[in-house]
Amino acid sequence: MFRFGFLGNTHVPHRKNTAQMSPIRIEPPKEVLLPMCQHIGAPATPIVKVGDTVKIGQKIAEASGYVSSPIYASVSGKVSKIENYLRPDGRNVPAIRILSDGEMSVYEDIKAPEVNDLESLVAAVRESGLVGLGGAGFPTSVKMDAVKKGAIDTVVLNGAECEPYITSDTRTMIDNAAGVKRGIEILKQYMPTVKAYIFGIEDNKPEAIAKMKETFSDAGDVFVAALPSLYPQGGEKVLIYNTTKRTVPEGKLPADVGVMVINVTSLAFIAKYIDTGMPLVEKCMTFDGSAVASPKNLIVPIGTSISHIVECAGGLKEPAGKIIFGGPMMGVCASSLDEPISKTTNAVTILNVKESTEPPVTACIHCGRCVAACPLSLNPVAFARALTLEGKEERVTRLEENKLGLCMECGCCSFVCPANRPLVQNHRIGKMEIREYKTHLAELARAKESK
Amino acid sequence: MNEQIIVTTSPHLKHPTTTQMIMADVLIALSPAAIAAVILHGWYALLMIVVTVACAVGAEFIFNLCIKKSQTVADLSAAVTGMLLALSLPTSAELWQCAVGAVFAIVVVKCLFGGIGCNFANPAVTSRVFLLIAFMSIGGGKFGGDPFTGSYVDLVGGATPLEALKNGVPTTEIPSMLDMFLGLRGGAIGEGCILALLIGGIYLIVKRVIKWQVPVAFIATVFVLSWLITGSLTLAVYHVLGGALVLAAFFMATDYSTTPLNLLGKIVFAIGCGLITVLIRFFGSYPEGISFAILLMNILSPYIEKLCAKRPFGGVKNEK
Repeated sequence: MFRFGFLGNTHVPHRKNTAQMSPIRIEPPKEVLLPMCQHIGAPATPIVKVGDTVKIGQKIAEASGYVSSPIYASVSGKVSKIENYLRPDGRNVPAIRILSDGEMSVYEDIKAPEVNDLESLVAAVRESGLVGLGGAGFPTSVKMDAVKKGAIDTVVLNGAECEPYITSDTRTMIDNAAGVKRGIEILKQYMPTVKAYIFGIEDNKPEAIAKMKETFSDAGDVFVAALPSLYPQGGEKVLIYNTTKRTVPEGKLPADVGVMVINVTSLAFIAKYIDTGMPLVEKCMTFDGSAVASPKNLIVPIGTSISHIVECAGGLKEPAGKIIFGGPMMGVCASSLDEPISKTTNAVTILNVKESTEPPVTACIHCGRCVAACPLSLNPVAFARALTLEGKEERVTRLEENKLGLCMECGCCSFVCPANRPLVQNHRIGKMEIREYKTHLAELARAKESK
Repeated sequence: MNEQIIVTTSPHLKHPTTTQMIMADVLIALSPAAIAAVILHGWYALLMIVVTVACAVGAEFIFNLCIKKSQTVADLSAAVTGMLLALSLPTSAELWQCAVGAVFAIVVVKCLFGGIGCNFANPAVTSRVFLLIAFMSIGGGKFGGDPFTGSYVDLVGGATPLEALKNGVPTTEIPSMLDMFLGLRGGAIGEGCILALLIGGIYLIVKRVIKWQVPVAFIATVFVLSWLITGSLTLAVYHVLGGALVLAAFFMATDYSTTPLNLLGKIVFAIGCGLITVLIRFFGSYPEGISFAILLMNILSPYIEKLCAKRPFGGVKNEK
């Protein structure tokens, strides 16, 4: 289907206050809390007991399925407790608490993995505990597995970083260009079917674009695409379209159109892991927001509590209204300062009370701003109307007719709504209804069969 | 400090624009036309505007009180409706007629359908048509010794020069092009001064309240069709400058509630308005077809919206 220009047309404020700040390592925390589910998929299974001593990089939980990921200790010390952790999304998962001994000593058995073909590369990435560092948390090895089938001809490197505030990927591209380059070399070595590597970077990061262009100036198959700074350039389907003009059809994956998307920070991590064997135990993240006294980029052990980060990074200048894992467009609210950062946390955004207070919801004025804002040409007004229908079946049918399933919850519609309607929030309710209805139908079918 | 923490789902940022700000922008955009109306038509025009706006806002306030609905007057949409209605009436309208029109627009056309965003027809336009039909016997407003007092005139009245054209009066006897542009002609108080309307319209486009494609499509359709039918560029320009076309194209065909949601739909809507306007102007018995054109297209709006909907990105066709 032909479309003019780029997808995505919502101007959200950039607020990239930390773009010039290289990440600083924070003071090690006294304890860390490592939930067993920091990725999309099945929770990992703990392999340590209370009282065990662990060191940095030691595996403490095993992946428990194909779509899952192992977890490693991020500080050295003693396992003090295995407790329940209520994730911000409402799921309860076990979590391992480690009391630091203050030494930060590294596990002795860490060594570079043996990689000699694609199979072993995927296995190594799986073992590294890497999940999509852009925020979604999909295990990277599962994505790479698709390459084995030979269907992938293009790798898109996601450096769009379209969320306000966040600059951790920007800093990776500027400070760790060598790591990114090494990552590309590794992929090239083991993925011969890939013909092109395309960096997608929003044009509000000229420094990162220049750095990548310079780094890959002699590589004929590496391209740097400067994308317009229009949210959501980093959304997978949007990014694929804007860099390759390929459309990922409904219900299909990027692999089905021959594309693999990988975040630049994930790529740099792969390079580091293949060369050193140090698994994913720390994160570079942006600490910013309207309530933050001095915005910074930080390197933080995974599992560190937000309160420790706030303390080390200069505190707050105003009382916190919302504490958000990630950026303010798609980030998830933490319920307290005690919550730990996870593998997928690329930012902690703390907004002041004023920005956190929702303005009153008024009637829809049918202005069409949400329709114009949707990067995937969906119609939030139609979803809202569908949700007011009487019967559940009618609601579900109407929602599916209007392709609610395509909504990636980027938040553009709610952002632009002058009446402050909870549109994305509605879409989540709608998706839940569809799921419930389908489960209900499946149950009915099963009951019928057993009769 | 923890008890103050707010937890909601994303997004956590909001664009600062609110409904109230949009409506305030429309009022600002209408003010040059209102000022021009007072200059051209005297203090009575100001009185008309004040009475109509006050009655519109008052009607919404009292209606909300009566049905125990939370107050919506502050969103300024009733004020916009009142202002638009006042500007589309000639000075021959009595103040009580303005008041009746305002109450009709707000209560019957808007509030009874559920208030802002729920009405299917444009309140100001519908009320104008209502006044036209209800008070047909009242003469049309004239400015500075309009030579066509003998001819059929109505409350819409704006088409007096157009009427002249229709009746075969030579172009030398109707107001000059410049007079037409500045508003030195008969008709409704707010429709005459094209200059003031353009200033307001451009303001709305710059503020992204309306899409430029809508007024352009509307005016271009009328221009091209008039040119084709009359075969004269001068007459086509008169058809653009005459009547309420510019006022309607910028302020009425761009109403949110009563036009399609998506851009393509809005453009189709505007072209349809232009088409019906020309048909009524040339072949109908009314001199001026704008109000009827918009009203008819309002009714078609949901269908246009459905037909012009963009296909979701990557969406596969629904099985029927």
